[in-house]
Amino acid sequence: MKLREIAHSRTGDKGNTSNISVIAYDARHYPLLVAQVTSERVRAHFAGVVEGEVTRFELPNIAALNFVMTGALGGGVTRSLALDAHGKSLSSALLDLEIDDRLGDTLS
Amino acid sequence: MTRTIRIGSGAGYSGDRIEPALELAEKGGIQYLVFECLGERTVALAQQARMKDPQSGYDPLLEERMRAVLPTCAAKGIKIVTNMGAANPEAAARRTAEIAKSLGLRGLKVAAVVGDDVLDACKASNLPIMEFEGTIGDFGNRLLSANAYLGAAPMAEALKGGADVVITGRASDPALFLAPMIDAFGWAMDDWDLLGKGTVAGHLLECAGQITGGYFADPGFKDVEGLARLGFPIGEVGEDGSLVITKVEGSGGAVTARTCKEQLLYEVHDPRRYLQPDVVADFSEVTVEEIGPDRVRVQGGRGTRRPDTLKISVGYIDSYIGEGQISYAGPGAAARGRLALDIVRERLRLTGVQTSELRFDLVGVDSLHGPQLAAQGSEPYEVRVRVVGRTDNLREAVRIGNEVETLYTNGPAGGGGATKSARDVVAVASVLLPRELAKPAVRFVEA
Repeated sequence: MKLREIAHSRTGDKGNTSNISVIAYDARHYPLLVAQVTSERVRAHFAGVVEGEVTRFELPNIAALNFVMTGALGGGVTRSLALDAHGKSLSSALLDLEIDDRLGDTLS
Repeated sequence: MTRTIRIGSGAGYSGDRIEPALELAEKGGIQYLVFECLGERTVALAQQARMKDPQSGYDPLLEERMRAVLPTCAAKGIKIVTNMGAANPEAAARRTAEIAKSLGLRGLKVAAVVGDDVLDACKASNLPIMEFEGTIGDFGNRLLSANAYLGAAPMAEALKGGADVVITGRASDPALFLAPMIDAFGWAMDDWDLLGKGTVAGHLLECAGQITGGYFADPGFKDVEGLARLGFPIGEVGEDGSLVITKVEGSGGAVTARTCKEQLLYEVHDPRRYLQPDVVADFSEVTVEEIGPDRVRVQGGRGTRRPDTLKISVGYIDSYIGEGQISYAGPGAAARGRLALDIVRERLRLTGVQTSELRFDLVGVDSLHGPQLAAQGSEPYEVRVRVVGRTDNLREAVRIGNEVETLYTNGPAGGGGATKSARDVVAVASVLLPRELAKPAVRFVEA
């Protein structure tokens, strides 16, 4: 299934850094997010968009992950050549990630 | 019982809708109305305007906003706090006092917070840039502005001094909300936990409609009613830092646990260390709970000691950008669009246009996330070719759009709707300045 079916997401920008939250609709799916939505997968998903590092922060209290991606906004919001200089549309792209729901049963 | 204030958030950016703010003033039962209107580079642009006209340099919508809300706010005793002062808070305060007078509102006290402009201190110190290699001195005469993100103290001082309207330039966005809390409850400026809780509230409220259902709807997954008449948020803040987020009854949108979670993480990096001029706030233990229709209780914010430095936003002339666009439609639209991009790529090379960075987009195909993610999609009915490049002067920038425009008579079949532009780029970078080098002050004007 797609990540979109179990999580919602919002993108924010600061300079050349983008952050994307991934929030489970149902807290029971949070372990699935932790296990499968890794920094490595996010970085691979955004190859060609994100030039820097991807760091993941975990927020179990709200069943959410926060990804911080450096070098993600074409040199910075105020100087980028990109149509979406803020990277606001990145969250929608991340929700297209494939999630294996069988894996979750063994982990949770 | 815990004393509580209600703070309304009347704008999430400078061009935001105005009538939701009036709705907050009229029906929100609020004591404070905050307008956050200052984007990252807005101060630099405003500084350019001020250099041309010393009476300008504040938010272009100041007049329209003040005319809309001042009569109601004055009648109900609602205090206004805003960063619409941009590069010239004193001129904005004088103008606001004139507007109040013209509306027949006598005796209104308007305060300007000055001192965020630290250009001289920065020029003298040659501080390192945070985002890339180099120092502030490297900008030379391209340097336009340097403004400190001030904390809540000077705004709270203005409120304590009886200000009905407080107008600041660059200040941290959550601090605009923290100031009313400090004014109402007398919180100590070293009570880190309370300042951390107040910062959670300010952070949630500062983007106005983004917590009431704006920037959220996704039909079939996250449906929101009434986005055309979206209500702006109200924070009910207790003396102990407790918080409920709500909105005006009957307005559009929704306040839910989901909208609050999305906004909690918006523009946040390490949730344990949200750096502010007044505190390092910790969002990591925050919980949200729906306690009624459009009512969400937010708990668990904390704080630790504030940083010794202030973040400074430095505005500078970065480069020039030239751009051209043209559309293709019907069968083979994407193929003709790609041919058009190839032609312009070759033309820019053949004619020797000097660029440091170039980008070739097919809008509708790959312009937002590049070819890798776009490869999953199918061919669209129409595409828009977009070529954009960075140059070091305006003359070269103009040539980029020209090469796209000439596709009309020299390019693939059926190209229409060409547009072109060339502009200078005012960009911002950040430096950290020892906090004692910024000297904020409050100046009063009476209507």
